[in-house]
Amino acid sequence: MSDSIGLWGVPLAILGGAIRVSTPFIFVSLGETITERSGRINLGLEGTLVFGAMTGYATAVVTGSPWLGILAAACAGILFGLFHGWICKFPKVNDIAIGIALMQFGMGLAFFFGKPFIQPSAPHLPAIPFGWWSSVPQVQAALSVNVLFIIGALLAVALWWAFRNTRVGLIIRVVGDSADAARAMGLNPNTVRLFATAVGGALAAIGGAYLSLYYPGSWTEGISSGQGLMAVALVIFARWNPIGCFAAALLFGGAGALGPALQSVGVTQGYYLFYAAPYVLTLLIMVATASPSRQLAGAPGELSITK
Amino acid sequence: MADTTPEALQGVVIVAPISTSWLELLARRSEAVVIPFGAFIVGMAIFSLFLLFLGKSPIDLVNLMVKGGFGNWFSIQNSLQRAAPLLLTALCVALPARLGLVVIGGEGAVVLGGVAAAAAAVPLLGAPYVVVIGAMAIAGMAAGGLWIGIVGALRHYRAVNETISSLLMAYIAIALMNHFVEGPLRDPASLNKPSTYPIGKDYMIGNIPGMDVHWGLVAGIVACIVSWVLIEKTAFGFAARIAGGNVRAAQIQGLAVGKLIVGFTALAGAFAGLAGMIEVGAVQGSANASLAAGYGYTGILVAFLARHNPLAIIPVAILLGGIDASGGLIQRRMDLPDATVLVLQGLLFIVILFSETLYGRFKLFNPDLWLRNRQ
Repeated sequence: MSDSIGLWGVPLAILGGAIRVSTPFIFVSLGETITERSGRINLGLEGTLVFGAMTGYATAVVTGSPWLGILAAACAGILFGLFHGWICKFPKVNDIAIGIALMQFGMGLAFFFGKPFIQPSAPHLPAIPFGWWSSVPQVQAALSVNVLFIIGALLAVALWWAFRNTRVGLIIRVVGDSADAARAMGLNPNTVRLFATAVGGALAAIGGAYLSLYYPGSWTEGISSGQGLMAVALVIFARWNPIGCFAAALLFGGAGALGPALQSVGVTQGYYLFYAAPYVLTLLIMVATASPSRQLAGAPGELSITK
Repeated sequence: MADTTPEALQGVVIVAPISTSWLELLARRSEAVVIPFGAFIVGMAIFSLFLLFLGKSPIDLVNLMVKGGFGNWFSIQNSLQRAAPLLLTALCVALPARLGLVVIGGEGAVVLGGVAAAAAAVPLLGAPYVVVIGAMAIAGMAAGGLWIGIVGALRHYRAVNETISSLLMAYIAIALMNHFVEGPLRDPASLNKPSTYPIGKDYMIGNIPGMDVHWGLVAGIVACIVSWVLIEKTAFGFAARIAGGNVRAAQIQGLAVGKLIVGFTALAGAFAGLAGMIEVGAVQGSANASLAAGYGYTGILVAFLARHNPLAIIPVAILLGGIDASGGLIQRRMDLPDATVLVLQGLLFIVILFSETLYGRFKLFNPDLWLRNRQ
């Protein structure tokens, strides 16, 4: 059967791979967009993501429900986010450095508590077979779309709308652009950032739970390959626009799927180099979009990383 | 009589400021020691609570840590051996930090430094020892320096955030290492663990006489001292500190900020690359996936604990080397997962960063406050 579609298998595998690989990027980058729009950066999302992957998997093993796993991961993510938001409100505490520390701490805790869950297998999240009309297995595989991807897409649109049209969206943007203006309006920037970081943490942890509960679908210590960090760069590339995040996540997913897709049709030369594709792409995008002479369009004014 | 009065007066004038300024100096200097040390103690206390919560004894932990890290000559040597790469990877964080940059991708420079060193050694085998070791050191430092130097250049000329770019570069470096080690540079004889051709016993870096610790420790300590002299005692280091404090002020003074940033990041990367070279030359004997052992990441913690002071890095690296060395013992005796050390390190890191908020808050460390009260 695989011979019948020949090289068409490559774009199909990349499409299917892009959908699979991009889902955690969507969630982490949407979460980070909310946090960064409020004027803070949380580099610790990598740790939150790994801890979410462990919590989600462990809960699903114990309860038998992947959705309870997602819920538990989100709660853990909120705790991590609240911790980051709380500690960063103290003067002279650097949000980037705290992020690095929380990354190490989150990963350490995840490996510490996750050890007993490496062996047992958890139920997976469901997928919707949009490829039912085709008899070609590759088409069916590529179009079998997981539910979280669809939720992520809807969430991106909802956030895009909410940032423009709702009171909460406006509050987050004001705090992110000028803490002084927010204070003049009677808002407490630290409180707004605390909640924005908590929501960001919850979404990042859901992204992590996707990794352990759908693709690759098991809990190991090497579950994350830096998605939490790449998402931070991705948010900058997407100019803090939720719909841009969705598109960028798909692009990253495609880059991540390139290596395995080429390998599946027998390309073995320089196999390991293709694994670097998402990182190289991120770096190139950062080089292309950053500028030493002006601030990035759409950047929140209070954000330390673009100053 | 007329002559003695001015002398006596002079004596008073000279003696009084020396005694108070000595106290002042002690008060001011001790802040940078007392606060991190206090934070370390608080971090250990929180971790003890965590252990109590799990039903484990914190006293056992401290005992095992002291025993496993510094209990006897054997464990001290083990700790020192583990400290060697940490000294160099901590410099990879501390040097750029003096310029206000947070570079956390030292792991990439370690890995590429190791691969470059192995690649340089293999065609030279048969040449005199000094030539091979020299070539390995130069290749390792050049590869690491180039890698982190790129991060610095991107920061200055393209305003690319150095924290994220250095980490991305670390992932790219590990992919490159896998490519070289499993592809062009692979020794076909290495079956289970793909490696480059071994450099051979005759070319390995030996131990310090009388100790079971390789020369990498000496290299690391020398690098720390050189870095300290560079930052504190040279015009180049002074310029870097100005640029780290205020970029605009440095530019107005006509300092070449770009050159400073690229120079410091390249030097920082060269030290991390040297750590990779030493790992190949003194421990592994060839380049393989063991190079990515996390030295780059532990180095971040060492640098922050030492507040980016190269001399303070030496005791901190030895302390963390000891904690690392005791990890196996803690794991076996207390039946804890191997990630215990990671949790402790992460916790210490958070507490240390949090303690930054305490600087300048205590009257004790600010003689201006209590001296004025006395007068």
